Amino acid sequence: MHLPAYRFGKPYESIERTKLVHFLTGEPVAEVSQVGGALVGRDMQKAAKAREALLTLDPEDVVERLQTAGNLYAHGTLTVGDTKQSPDDFVKQQSATTGLPETLCRANMQKNMFVLANMDRMLDALSRGLPPEIFWKGYGREHRDVVVSYQAQSPVLGLVLPSNSPGVHTLWLPVIALGVGLVMKPGGQEPWTPYRMAAAMIEAGIPSEAIGLYPGATDVGASILASCKRSMIFGSAKTVEQYRGNPGVQVHGPGFSKILIGDDVVDRWEDHIDMMVESVAVNGGRGCINCSAIWASRHTEAIAAALAERLGPVDVLPPDDPNAKLAAFTIPGAAKAIWGQIEGGLAAPGVSHPTETYGPRLVEGERCGWLRPVVAHCSSPEPVISKAEYMFPFVAVVKCPQGQMLEKIGPTLVGTALTEDPAFRRALIDCTEIDRLNFGPVPTTKLDWLQPHEGNIIDFLYRSRALQVPAGAGVV
Amino acid sequence: MSTDVSAQKPVFQVADDAAVKQARATLDAHAVEMMAWHFHPSTGCPFWLEYAKSLTFDPITEVKNYDDLKKFPPFEDEWLRGGPVTRWIPQGFAGQPAYVFETGGTTGVPKSRVNMRDFRTDYEQFSDTLPEEYFPRGANWLMLGPSGPRRLRLSIEHLAQHRGGICFCLDLDPRWVVKLIQKGWMEHLEAYKQHCIDQAITILGAGHDVKCMFTTPKLLESLAIGLEKRGTTIRKAGITGIFSGGTEFTPQWTRFAVEELLDGAFMTPTYGNTLMGLAASRPVVPADGYTIAYYAPQPRAVIEVVDFDDTNTVVPYGGTGRVKLTTLTKETFVPGFLERDEGERELPYAKYPWDGISGVRPFRELASSTTVGVY
Repeated sequence: MHLPAYRFGKPYESIERTKLVHFLTGEPVAEVSQVGGALVGRDMQKAAKAREALLTLDPEDVVERLQTAGNLYAHGTLTVGDTKQSPDDFVKQQSATTGLPETLCRANMQKNMFVLANMDRMLDALSRGLPPEIFWKGYGREHRDVVVSYQAQSPVLGLVLPSNSPGVHTLWLPVIALGVGLVMKPGGQEPWTPYRMAAAMIEAGIPSEAIGLYPGATDVGASILASCKRSMIFGSAKTVEQYRGNPGVQVHGPGFSKILIGDDVVDRWEDHIDMMVESVAVNGGRGCINCSAIWASRHTEAIAAALAERLGPVDVLPPDDPNAKLAAFTIPGAAKAIWGQIEGGLAAPGVSHPTETYGPRLVEGERCGWLRPVVAHCSSPEPVISKAEYMFPFVAVVKCPQGQMLEKIGPTLVGTALTEDPAFRRALIDCTEIDRLNFGPVPTTKLDWLQPHEGNIIDFLYRSRALQVPAGAGVV
Repeated sequence: MSTDVSAQKPVFQVADDAAVKQARATLDAHAVEMMAWHFHPSTGCPFWLEYAKSLTFDPITEVKNYDDLKKFPPFEDEWLRGGPVTRWIPQGFAGQPAYVFETGGTTGVPKSRVNMRDFRTDYEQFSDTLPEEYFPRGANWLMLGPSGPRRLRLSIEHLAQHRGGICFCLDLDPRWVVKLIQKGWMEHLEAYKQHCIDQAITILGAGHDVKCMFTTPKLLESLAIGLEKRGTTIRKAGITGIFSGGTEFTPQWTRFAVEELLDGAFMTPTYGNTLMGLAASRPVVPADGYTIAYYAPQPRAVIEVVDFDDTNTVVPYGGTGRVKLTTLTKETFVPGFLERDEGERELPYAKYPWDGISGVRPFRELASSTTVGVY
């Protein structure tokens, strides 16, 4: 199987190709054409045509076609690269090159389909009920009979996509429905979702000129960021820091998502242990929305022990086992290196390791490695590991007085707060460290797609600005 | 891993045995002649004359052919840092005007090589490989590459002058480029690149009748895209021939350049550095998968593709190994220097009847610590 680059609909076979192999057996799975940054830079001079192609369609048509695409993506047999690909093929290929269990690949597929199927509701929610044609025309009247104008900031959204979590693709799915094209650099190990999604969209009638796929090395990512006026990049804390303050780049890095238990609820912690386990471990613990820390003022040793009892025994299973919950680290030596880092953190004063009694955490295979769930207990927020995040089910249970919690938690993508205390709730609402805030026992991993995630994508792609017409003039 | 692919039929004209044998005899005789020069008290430089005292053999009498140079311990490039640089000037050239060219130097003391006339000789020889059709004599040149204490900067100017033209240059500090990359200041990097491209486009549009150009792959692509944004192309801006080098070329990049950037202008890739001089490439053609194979300017410099562990053994043809460089000019003797590059050993080519190298890229064990800038 060969995946060529797509230059706004035109396939391009490169002389240079990377070979993707099965993470367990080393058997070849696919070859992916590799292009260079200059090729992207050259194509981006024609990026305006991507939006122009979308604007020839009715915006409601586009939404319907995306809904059809969602169905094709989840259930259809599509031509991906030079090969017909069924949903089962997709799941097996994605699992083979990313190390994700097949069940998790299927779950992510459903998530993507759900977002596409509900695109109309999602746009309505994100735009606060604006008629969609306003994004096409650039202005119009909203339901209060006020003229509003939304100006596209870029004809395309550049995407530097990750290899580690197929779930993140939901973030960019609304972009086409907003009349903006896509320029994607697929993740090196996970080209599958962008390629299949692009195939489904084109099959459903989205103009191929609106979508670019540029697999390649880091210079492709740099070129996308340099040439697209709006880009999204997924990366480490270092990547986040590098692009901080750049209005053209939305960076998605570690989430440091947390569960914060108030003093009024903490004595009933046992009622919420299922929610905690789900928040830590669902989707292999790989997402930025997975919980990496649970903060409370007391009972933290008991909470950590209970989590260890539930998560500690989780073991490595073959990727096609329906009960498999752990993803492999497919880069040789990665699991071992991460484990070395964790061991260092666990050895610090004030830290204990309740999952230690459930057997070794590092499992090394011939070509890859796994890390079984780790629960660390921190007697204060001081140990470094209390603020760590890893790409597997890892959680630190941190003892901290409620009054100090919000000043010490640091950046928190999703905060689930278990409290009925009005003063603490007020403080949580005002805490700017927290992005998504859940009141009550909502798993950090449960997203309401009708609410913005890490900023409203409409605010990122469009500028709300004034546009005036003489009194009495029509706005057509 | 080494693989012998000599059984595959090459699409280029392989040198015949007689030519290979003749070239080897020339190299052997040249090696002996160079030992006589570099290790004789009346002609050698202070560094080698002093170094010879620590050797267990006499280079003048015991180097009887090129292979005998393996008797020298590996050359350490650290020796090239700092002064006095006069320790590298052969007594035979005492009193002649000397240049010092630097390499690296983003942080710390750069490595340097003293030159009297070598750079001129290297580029005059290279000049003979340039096709007149694309590099017409008398044409003016644009040097879109590093300025400052670089051998390349002066060499291109000499090449232009040697061919009867004038060279137009711009300001480009490659050390600042490397620092920008290391700091992660990508917006500044982009702005600096644009600053350089703006200078180049200004020169091209100023009526200087520039037809030939040196540039690096990265700057070439930026120039082509910059011109395209202005509704023109490299060819339409007057350029007919491009001599490119400085950073890694890949077949895919070359194909992309030929198909989409050059608009019919001719490009010849080269591989070179301050120590070696300049290795020309055999013609880069689609039938050869846009393979870029370089041949050192023997006998003045020799490239060998050697086993990663046993650096005195060349790999089989088609095999992968590290680049080992030997410089044998009267001005400079550098025996068996292990470069920071690797590649595949190539069969001798009719025009250059000695080993070549293709697929040149940063040596795998050093690649992660190497910052590739514009140069």
